[in-house]
Amino acid sequence: MTPYRAVLSSRFRMLLQYRAAALAGIVTQLFFGIVRTMIFDAFYRSSRVQQPIGRDDVVTYIWLGQAFLMLTILDADRDVAEMIRGGNVAYELVKPVDLYWLWFARAVSGRAAPLALRAVPILALAAFWHGLRGPASVTGAILFAVALAGGLLVAASLVAVMTISMVWTISGEGISRLMAPLVFFFSGIVVPLPLFPDWMQRGLAALPFRGLIDTPFRIYIGQLHDASALAALANQAVWIVVLVAAGRIMLARSLRRLVVHGR
Amino acid sequence: MSQIVVEDLVKVFHVARRTPGLWGSVKGLVKRDWSAIRALDGVGFSIDRGELVGYIGPNGAGKSTTVKILSGILVPDSGRVTVLNCTPWADRIRYVRRIGVVFGQRTQLWWDLPVIESFDLLREIYAIAPDRYRRSRDEVIDTLDLGGVLHTTVRQLSLGQRMRCDLAAALLHEPELLFLDEPTIGLDAVSKLAVREFIGRLNKERGLTVILTTHDMDDIEALCRRVIVIGEGRILSDGTLAALRAGVTRERWLTVDLADDAALTVADPDVRLIRQDGRRVYLAFDPQRVSAPELIARVVRNHAVHDLFVENPPIEAIIARMYGRDASETTPG
Repeated sequence: MTPYRAVLSSRFRMLLQYRAAALAGIVTQLFFGIVRTMIFDAFYRSSRVQQPIGRDDVVTYIWLGQAFLMLTILDADRDVAEMIRGGNVAYELVKPVDLYWLWFARAVSGRAAPLALRAVPILALAAFWHGLRGPASVTGAILFAVALAGGLLVAASLVAVMTISMVWTISGEGISRLMAPLVFFFSGIVVPLPLFPDWMQRGLAALPFRGLIDTPFRIYIGQLHDASALAALANQAVWIVVLVAAGRIMLARSLRRLVVHGR
Repeated sequence: MSQIVVEDLVKVFHVARRTPGLWGSVKGLVKRDWSAIRALDGVGFSIDRGELVGYIGPNGAGKSTTVKILSGILVPDSGRVTVLNCTPWADRIRYVRRIGVVFGQRTQLWWDLPVIESFDLLREIYAIAPDRYRRSRDEVIDTLDLGGVLHTTVRQLSLGQRMRCDLAAALLHEPELLFLDEPTIGLDAVSKLAVREFIGRLNKERGLTVILTTHDMDDIEALCRRVIVIGEGRILSDGTLAALRAGVTRERWLTVDLADDAALTVADPDVRLIRQDGRRVYLAFDPQRVSAPELIARVVRNHAVHDLFVENPPIEAIIARMYGRDASETTPG
């Protein structure tokens, strides 16, 4: 696995250099965090119905969402898009590596690096000052970490599928635009998934998008625990396997019909 | 024992054709005309260990397609390829570990990293043992004179520096075989010479097999004993440079610098005037009909001559003639 680890860590280090972007991201995400907690505050104050998730839990869920926002920003890899358009993908193919894991490693570092820069300050500020609570239990905290890593892998395997689809479509714009609204609605980043109507819950639970942030966050606030937490983790694992397999099959097919552009 | 054997290689590209204009674009949404382009149409050759082979032809002749198939990137429609006892595309990962590839217009270095870090990453990717890596790295850095640019990020390198770094990058894992696709394209004269000299040395000193595609006929003249010419997907000629010359034309060129403005009259039936450029006159002759000394004597007898010299027609003229164009379009020197 060394080549993939090397690519991952070098890209990770490279992306860590974008400190200005991280700072801007932190400010934006703090701002939206405050606005969104205010909106949900108003919602809880005006609602007389018992909600499936308490107000404090929603605030925590929202702040976690702001801190780990990068897990829901799924773009096809721009550098790979450029490689395919410009023909530099030829160089990827003359390296003795499995292209899938190479692109997967890029996808992991592409989310993990900005996330590492942004998450801690946002979490710290929100905890001191704006109602982010600690994890429900020690076990919850450990399972949260596992689920967060799982969320990163779900994100990376989705990005890998999107990236590979570009071998057919050349431009990554279309697939990224198709994916964005799906992720926005079905991951819980806009409205936490527990607040969706009951009739949608089974459908939401079956989709891969809940594995991105909803599973770790619900474990964090203690809404999923013991058996339900393990079931949610299993769901993540199944989707990772399915998406990786799908990506690998797509890549194997596309390489057979690949036309390397340019001379 | 041949290191590369290519038999009857065929590769067809399907290209969507669109009728021009707005209506054409609209029609293209519903129905597309596909036209098949036979990039390779039965190409075959074999190359031995230690050869340095020039692979030349005009744009679209199939040069790059061949190199891409040989390096395992493209899968041909039919035909057989055996390189280092492997079928490149079938066994890509194991195969590419043993070859080096440089595509002149691209770079395999990481744009944002210093050169040396790109090299270190390549060490990881090729899983080169540390001491073997140190040895081969220091050797290429030394011979390509890269000491000064190792800590520069790749985006800041000049094209010539980048090409030398790319050559180095392709050699770190000590390949048994090197494919160079237009390695001197866009380089200035000094960088071209440096790259050329390095390729020549690799071949001579290490016995590395090199396949070189190029547009630059000077590359070919300087480096290649054997030249394969391809056109429209077929091999047009395969042999030494001298044989290629002889096969197309025996012609040699005589360039005469006249001492005065008097026009040179070529009444001589053994000589063809290629063109005249002020006082400089280019003549073509067949050495079997008239020997060079005899011709020179005739010219000097009839004209005041400042200088003259005899040369082989440049390889461009040979190739042009091969494609049925008129060699007089190209000028000597």
